[in-house]
Amino acid sequence: MLEVVQLRCERDDRVLFSELSMKLSLGELLQIEGANGSGKTTLLRILAGLSGDFQGNIFWKEKKLSSMYADFRLSTFYFGHKPAVKAELTPVENIRWRASLRNESPSEDRIFSALEQVNLAGFEEVACGHLSAGQHRRVALADLSISVSPLWILDEPFTAIDVHGVAWLETVLAKHVKEGGMVIITSHQSLSDISGTVRKVKLDDFAGGFLEDEFDDEMDSGAFL
Amino acid sequence: MSVDVQQLEGRKAMMGLIRRDLKLAFRTPGQSLNPVVFYLMVASLFPLGIAPERETLSQLAGGIVWIGALLAVLLSLDSLFKGDNDDGSLDQLLLSPHPLPLLVLGKVIAHWLTTGVALIVMAPVLALMLHLPERAFPALMASLLLGTPLMSLAGGIGAALTVRVQRSGVLITLLSLPLYIPVLIFGTGAVQSAVDGMGYAGHLLWLGAFLVMGLCLAPIAIAAALRIVVDG
Amino acid sequence: MIWYADIRKTMNWTFFHKLGSPKWFYEISGKWLPWLAILAALMMVTGLTWGLLFTPPDYLQGNSYRIIFLHVPTAFLASAIYVSMAIAGAVTLIWRIKLADMALKSMAPIGTSFCFLALITGAIWGKPTWGTWWVWDARLTSMLILLFLYFGVIALRGAIRSANTQARACAILTLVGVVNIPIIKFSVQWWNTLHQGSTLKLTEKPSMAPEMLWPLLISIAAFYLFFTVALIIRMRTEILDRERRTKWVRNAVEAGARS
Repeated sequence: MLEVVQLRCERDDRVLFSELSMKLSLGELLQIEGANGSGKTTLLRILAGLSGDFQGNIFWKEKKLSSMYADFRLSTFYFGHKPAVKAELTPVENIRWRASLRNESPSEDRIFSALEQVNLAGFEEVACGHLSAGQHRRVALADLSISVSPLWILDEPFTAIDVHGVAWLETVLAKHVKEGGMVIITSHQSLSDISGTVRKVKLDDFAGGFLEDEFDDEMDSGAFL
Repeated sequence: MSVDVQQLEGRKAMMGLIRRDLKLAFRTPGQSLNPVVFYLMVASLFPLGIAPERETLSQLAGGIVWIGALLAVLLSLDSLFKGDNDDGSLDQLLLSPHPLPLLVLGKVIAHWLTTGVALIVMAPVLALMLHLPERAFPALMASLLLGTPLMSLAGGIGAALTVRVQRSGVLITLLSLPLYIPVLIFGTGAVQSAVDGMGYAGHLLWLGAFLVMGLCLAPIAIAAALRIVVDG
Repeated sequence: MIWYADIRKTMNWTFFHKLGSPKWFYEISGKWLPWLAILAALMMVTGLTWGLLFTPPDYLQGNSYRIIFLHVPTAFLASAIYVSMAIAGAVTLIWRIKLADMALKSMAPIGTSFCFLALITGAIWGKPTWGTWWVWDARLTSMLILLFLYFGVIALRGAIRSANTQARACAILTLVGVVNIPIIKFSVQWWNTLHQGSTLKLTEKPSMAPEMLWPLLISIAAFYLFFTVALIIRMRTEILDRERRTKWVRNAVEAGARS
């Protein structure tokens, strides 16, 4: 479904990664590992379509991603560093607007049961400003468990989540993969318990150096931005 | 494109976004009222700084009410996309399958409903305090009704371009002011014509034409700007 | 905006590739630059000495009109440069050619200077003609607003960190600005017209005496050439800075240091 061919990304005179190729099919989980600053978040933002500053090709359903954005976005759930939860709104309202941006309209019951799963029962009608940072992330994760998107792109979803939450999220991921969904995840968590195909990409294997030594005599850096 | 794409309910998402932003504004009334209070204070500086005489003020009133509104809109632009950027909502907006210009239009409409409408409501009060001749009131209201949404639209471009810039207040002003000058000219022109007892339909028609143009072009520019700036 | 990347890939013509290559531009412009500079200097000297010293005084304005030999070319360039920046911006957005953004970046301060000069010379001309330094007439005011537009582009670039984002954000801003320029001109004219009518019109026969017109045309051409020279110098510096990591730049810089 999602295929990355010869991806290369530079930031601030440094090659974050190059010659990165990988493939993700239905029912697979791809864990991206790497040291801090190795470009995990950058890679995820590129894969989600938030950043176009890269070289190489990305294919979605065997077609160029750039010609498939509407379909791709309809099929994707992105969970970033910031949870995208409004402090002035209640958890229910937050899930509502997030879902409507994904063209989904979950029922009241569905939202309430999802919130119950992430231990937010009783907080459904409390403004998120009164909740903790970890609870904000739980609201976003409750939204994740509701979403019907087949491809989940999750950037460090286990951060600021307690032991129960971690266990719950692992079962959610396992269920999603088992039902034929796809997950791309960055995490330091070991995901060995998940049944199905778990593959790992070690980003450090694709790391490049500083650009100083990159260009040989003949080459100029090209005409394009 | 796949079949699913045709079942997109973009307008529903836009309405949802407007409702969300209105809720946000109503739940932080202090912040939403700031531009209005600012408007009142700026307008009251003019009599203090120039002259309290009725004749002088009534000549200047149209311009003062308009400049006050313009400055108040400029002040409120900073928060148009900043809040969404700070909590990660902007990423969700950009990743939505719905057309981004449509969603952005929703944001701008919500901005106008929370600031522009409040300014329009305040305007007759200020006009009374500044002794604007009564015959010019319809022109003032009509010109603000057309002009304030236009200022939200044009200002959105500056707000989008500076969404990742810290302390962007002055920069937004610098980017938006040139776009506001035609609006100011035709807005105050309408009021001045009415004060002089002449027709002002021409001014309003031009403002209307600009508004149509802004509605068509500004959301596209804002959407493009957001994608570019968030990319970096 | 990301789909533009796709257009770029399907239109990957060698012509564009060569034309847009900073290295190629650096080499070819290095050859042209001295000749352009000499030509610009020659025409500048001819146009200005002719205009300032040898043309007859105007029957109405006396000698004060002679400032048009500076005012008109700078005012022409101030608008023309902004439009060129918008074209460069469009090229940046559509084909993502680096050189276009370097041109946009290099043109902004030059355009600002010409705009500033046009305002200053206009004010100096205004003093003997209208009896005051500043008049809120339509063309002066639009020029002032143009100056604001220039400031905006420069300030926006300064506020953004990533060069790639700078390029495309400034491109959007100049495009928005260029759509706005005719609207501003029209509104300001509607608002007030006091300035004398345009002296040079492309469609009509010029109303100027030929002995004044010729030096004016020469100075306009000279200023355009001067702009080209200044632009090329700035772009070459910009290329060296942005391509500093490539071998050819290092070689060029070392060769320059040795000589």
